Amino acid sequence: MKTTADPKGVLTGEHFLDGDWSCAEGALAAGCRFVAGYPITPSTETVERFGQRIPIVGGVFIQMEDEIASSIAIQGAVWAGLKAMTVTSGPGFSLMMEHIGLAAMTETPCVFVDVQRGGPSTGLPTLPGQADVMQARWGSHGDYEVIAVCPNSPQESFDLTVHAFNLSEQYRVPVMVMLDECVGHMYEKVVIPKPEDIEVFPRRWTKQPKDKYLPFEPEFDGWIPGMVKAGDGYFLHVTGLTHDERGYPQMNAECQEKCVRRLVDKIRKNAERIVCYEETSIEGADVAVVTYGITSRVAYAAMEMAGSHGVKVGMHRPTVIWPFPEKRIRELASQVKAFVVVEMNYGQIYYEVERLAAGKCDVHLVDHGGGTVHDPEAILECIIKAAGQR
Amino acid sequence: METAAKTRKTAHVADALLRMDRMPHIWCPGCGIGPTVNCFASALAKCGIEREKISIVSGIGCTGRVAGYVKLDSFHTTHGRPIPFATGLALANPGLKVVVYSGDGDIMAIGGNHFIHAARRNVNMTVICVNNFIYGMTGGQVAPTTPEEARATTTPYGCYEPPLNLPFLAESCGAVYVARWTALHIRNMTNSMVEALTKKGFSFIELIAPCPTLYGRLNRLGDGLDMLKFFRENSEIRNGADTHTIDIGFKGKIVCGTFVNKEAPTYLDRMNAQLAKVLKDRYVPWGASATTGSES
Repeated sequence: MKTTADPKGVLTGEHFLDGDWSCAEGALAAGCRFVAGYPITPSTETVERFGQRIPIVGGVFIQMEDEIASSIAIQGAVWAGLKAMTVTSGPGFSLMMEHIGLAAMTETPCVFVDVQRGGPSTGLPTLPGQADVMQARWGSHGDYEVIAVCPNSPQESFDLTVHAFNLSEQYRVPVMVMLDECVGHMYEKVVIPKPEDIEVFPRRWTKQPKDKYLPFEPEFDGWIPGMVKAGDGYFLHVTGLTHDERGYPQMNAECQEKCVRRLVDKIRKNAERIVCYEETSIEGADVAVVTYGITSRVAYAAMEMAGSHGVKVGMHRPTVIWPFPEKRIRELASQVKAFVVVEMNYGQIYYEVERLAAGKCDVHLVDHGGGTVHDPEAILECIIKAAGQR
Repeated sequence: METAAKTRKTAHVADALLRMDRMPHIWCPGCGIGPTVNCFASALAKCGIEREKISIVSGIGCTGRVAGYVKLDSFHTTHGRPIPFATGLALANPGLKVVVYSGDGDIMAIGGNHFIHAARRNVNMTVICVNNFIYGMTGGQVAPTTPEEARATTTPYGCYEPPLNLPFLAESCGAVYVARWTALHIRNMTNSMVEALTKKGFSFIELIAPCPTLYGRLNRLGDGLDMLKFFRENSEIRNGADTHTIDIGFKGKIVCGTFVNKEAPTYLDRMNAQLAKVLKDRYVPWGASATTGSES
């Protein structure tokens, strides 16, 4: 069922916005009517914008006492029937990890925005980083799967925030929007479409009657249970404990296998439907640059420079970074001489690419500790080196 | 007990309000949590609120299991965080009555900060805190409510931290309703629960409960019945008492009663008033009507 945006939240037109603000607009367009947040640079502008806009759209913004509270208040709001989001940066993202696990375990659709800055710990509060990528994937304890998107412009911040809400509703998982300080604070033209041109995935309300409803039995696509909300008279039980289809705790290995296996498989088995990437000049390329977020824009400059040196170089840029485009990276590994992974950390996605390349081609890393973007020359140098090998 | 629950022929009055398919429960013989749940079931029946419109939220611990046994929309969340979950639930659908039911460790130690701020905001919810002076589920560790001198597994030579006085904390933070009862005060407790459920704003009830398995055993206080006898002999009802004066010492007097019962605008009352004042007719008021439409 295709539905479109509620016009009340959509600021149709051409705007000059930063990535943080366009993220807030994306949330409103996607139907988000509840944000709980806690101030932290460089993400604060997103909650400020939402707090300014929501009273005239209809909904709630609350500044909670910390990120732990924010990341679970949104889940209360979701079970009350709203779409909800929280927004933070590195240290706050660390505090939210337990509730990413709760959302995964209870299949609570919600969105977590992390405007990445340099870390670890307090790190570089006002300067960019991309070192939370693995944390987004693995940060909470236990086995689970999430989805993460990674915009490289304010326009994509809008588009991918809408997409993040849609994916969270479709698969009933927490979805991460992995911005970084540069994209968050960069002003560019953002075109917000008409409401009827924005696709919005509605909540997957159950079609089961009260006496038949099992809150954690797959009802849609063979994977996804139907939802109800508090107050509907279903008297549902939701727990972070390992649970059966009724939502009741079961402390045994059989139930663990059934419960957690589905949480993992509903994403893994649908990964090829969820993955999304953009490729430039990839056909016939000797070197494939794999990069994401703000770094892709620097790498693009390096790629053009390499072209003028006669190197056949293309780019693969995941916009959905988790699940990772495994199939496509494996294909490219048999087509190119080398991958050059460019990211603002000391190697995270690099290890994914190396794993998927499985020795079929070389994999190089152009790392950077954050604080500023890469020097394109460093990327260029690596591309030329990579092209010359073999 | 297990067999009795499964084989008895006549229904108990609380059966319809409990998830009988989850019995037997996990609580020890002599534990005080069960009687409070029984009172809560009575209060649900008496309060006049449609059961569909009441949600219950628990954290982690022995009392944290209450949400799993009560036949309401029920949410068993993470350790210390039922109050912020409840805040989201209550603000997103103001038509719901939200009850947080959890233990002293959950609400006052790991979740203490959330308690302070939800009370300060006067979010419309009832917080029922079962205080057994100890961490039960993890095996008897010291809690922020453990009286000085009392033994716990992590204070084997006696506790030397002063405990929190929960009603005083609740009142200081702005709770509009504050009461304390022991697990022995069945009628008072039930009445208090009805008052809290029908009260608008942040209401708080502390329930003193015996934990014979851990607190009782470690401190040689006897079994559950001995601990209830102690409550009978050492509790005193002083409605309206100054909460500043009602600390609970080791083997000390337990002052019970309703200490605070006042009116104050809730978080949403204030939000709606302020935003309407500034934004005038541009403001879209947020109220009970906002989420009552059937979306399913």
